[in-house]
Amino acid sequence: MPVTRENGEIRVSAPLGDDDVAQLRVGDHVKFFGTIYTSRDAAHKRIIAAIDAGDALPYELPGQVIYYVGPTPARPGRIVGAAGPTTAMRLDPYTPPLLERGLKAIIGKGGRGPAVKDALQKYHAVYLIAIGGAGALLSKTIKQLDVIAYEDLGTESVKKLEVEGFPAIVCCDMYGGDLLLEGKEQYRDQATLGAYQSVGPAEKAG
Amino acid sequence: MASDTTTHLREIHADEITAKVAELCEQAAHVLPDDVVAGLQRAERSERSPLGKQVLIELLENVDIAKRDRIPLCQDTGTTVVMAEVGQDVHIVGGSLRDAINAGVGRGYTEGYLRASIVDHPFSTRVNTKNNTPAVIHTEIVPGDRLHLTIVPKGGGCENMTKFQIMLPGRGKDGITEFVLQTIEESGGNPCPPLVVGVGVGGSAEYAMFLAKKAITRPVGEESADEETRQFEHELLAKVNALGVGPQAVGGSNTALAVNIETYPTHITSLPVAVNLQCHSARSKHAEL
Repeated sequence: MPVTRENGEIRVSAPLGDDDVAQLRVGDHVKFFGTIYTSRDAAHKRIIAAIDAGDALPYELPGQVIYYVGPTPARPGRIVGAAGPTTAMRLDPYTPPLLERGLKAIIGKGGRGPAVKDALQKYHAVYLIAIGGAGALLSKTIKQLDVIAYEDLGTESVKKLEVEGFPAIVCCDMYGGDLLLEGKEQYRDQATLGAYQSVGPAEKAG
Repeated sequence: MASDTTTHLREIHADEITAKVAELCEQAAHVLPDDVVAGLQRAERSERSPLGKQVLIELLENVDIAKRDRIPLCQDTGTTVVMAEVGQDVHIVGGSLRDAINAGVGRGYTEGYLRASIVDHPFSTRVNTKNNTPAVIHTEIVPGDRLHLTIVPKGGGCENMTKFQIMLPGRGKDGITEFVLQTIEESGGNPCPPLVVGVGVGGSAEYAMFLAKKAITRPVGEESADEETRQFEHELLAKVNALGVGPQAVGGSNTALAVNIETYPTHITSLPVAVNLQCHSARSKHAEL
C-alpha cells in the first residue's frame, strides 16, 4: 500500500495514485520508503526539453516522487554526503507540465507559487517540505544512490534514491491548503508589528 | 621628524595561507559555531509552535550528526566568501594572496568532499568549476603584522533573498524596519529560517552591501557597540519574530536568531540599506596568521 498508517506514523511509497494523495493533508508528518528521484534546476531544464522534443525521460513520471536535492559528494565507503532540500520556488516554471504527466509528490523547501498550487489541485498531487539545512540528518535515511541520467551535471545529475524513513511535512495538499500561509497566520503578533502590514510571498525565487 | 622609518615586514608564505584556508573550509562545513548552536537552543526552548519546535530539535540533531560523522551540515556548502584583513606590515611571499586563497578553497572542497557549486560564467556557459573556486575575496588593509582570515560558506537559498534599496533619508528607522520585515516575509522558507539577519546601513551602494555581509559574521548574541544601534537591533528582532514565519516557515515565534546592524556615515542625499540573510546554518570560521 503506497500510503499506510502505523502507530500514528504515515508511511508513503511510490507509486502513488489519486487515492493516496487524497489522504495527505497540510501539516501531516510523513516518512518516505522506497524509490524517489532527484532533479533540480539544470535537470528540470533538460527534462522539459525532452518532453517538448518527444524524447524519452530519465524516469517514468506517473505515480512518482521527485526530491529537489543536490548532495555533497560521498566520502569513500559512504552512500551519499549531506542531502537536504533546495528552494522549490525556483522550479515553479517547470513543475505544472510534470504534474500534468502524472508526477504525484514533490519534496523541497519553501513555498510554491499560485500556478503550482493550482496544478497540485488540478492533477491531484502533493508538495512536501523536508527540513532545509538538515543535510546530515536526512542523509542517514538514504540507503542507495544510483546516477541514472545527466551525469555531466555532477551534483545536479538525476539520481535514483532508495530511502528508509525519509521525513517530510505536507506543505501544499490537493485541497489548496498551504502550511506556510496558515502557520504564519497563526503565530503572527500584529501588536508587536505595529503599523507594518503583511506582504504575500514573492512570486518568484532567485 | 618621522619616528621609526625602518618597518619590519613580517613574512607569511603563500603555502601557509593555502593550508589554513583549506582547513577552515572543511571545519566551517562540518562544525556550526558555538554562538549559533546556543542561539538555536534558546530558540528551541522558547518556540511556541509545536511543529516549529520539532524543526529546531531536528536542526540541533543535525548539528551533532554533522560534527560526529563529518558530514556537511548542509548540502549547499556555499559560495566561499573570504574576508581577509591584511596587516600593513605583512609581506606575502611565494605567490599572490588571491592565488593562495583560491588554492586553499580548491583543496578544502575537494579533499573535504564538499559540494562544488560555482559555475564559470554567470549568464553564458555556466559550467561547474569542480572545486568551488574562485572564492569571493574581500581584502582590507589594517594596522599590524597579522593576517586575519574569515571564511563564510554562503548558501544560495539565503543569498538569493538579498535586497538593497537607497531610501529617502527622511524615512529613517521606520523605512529600514519596513524594508527588513518585507524582505524576510517575502522570502518565507527560502532562506531557511531561523535567520541571522545582516543589515548594512550607510556608505555607498556597494559598501552598504559589504556591511550587511560583515554583519552576518558577527556572533549571535554579540550586540552593537553603539547604544542606539543596539536598541534598534533589539526592536527589529522582536518585530521579525512577530512576523510568525517561524522555523523553516512552518509558522512560529522564532524567525530570526539575531538582527545585526552595521552602519557607516553616508551622503547628505542618501540612506542606503542592504539586507543580507544568513540561514540557521550560519557557518563561519576565523583564523589569524
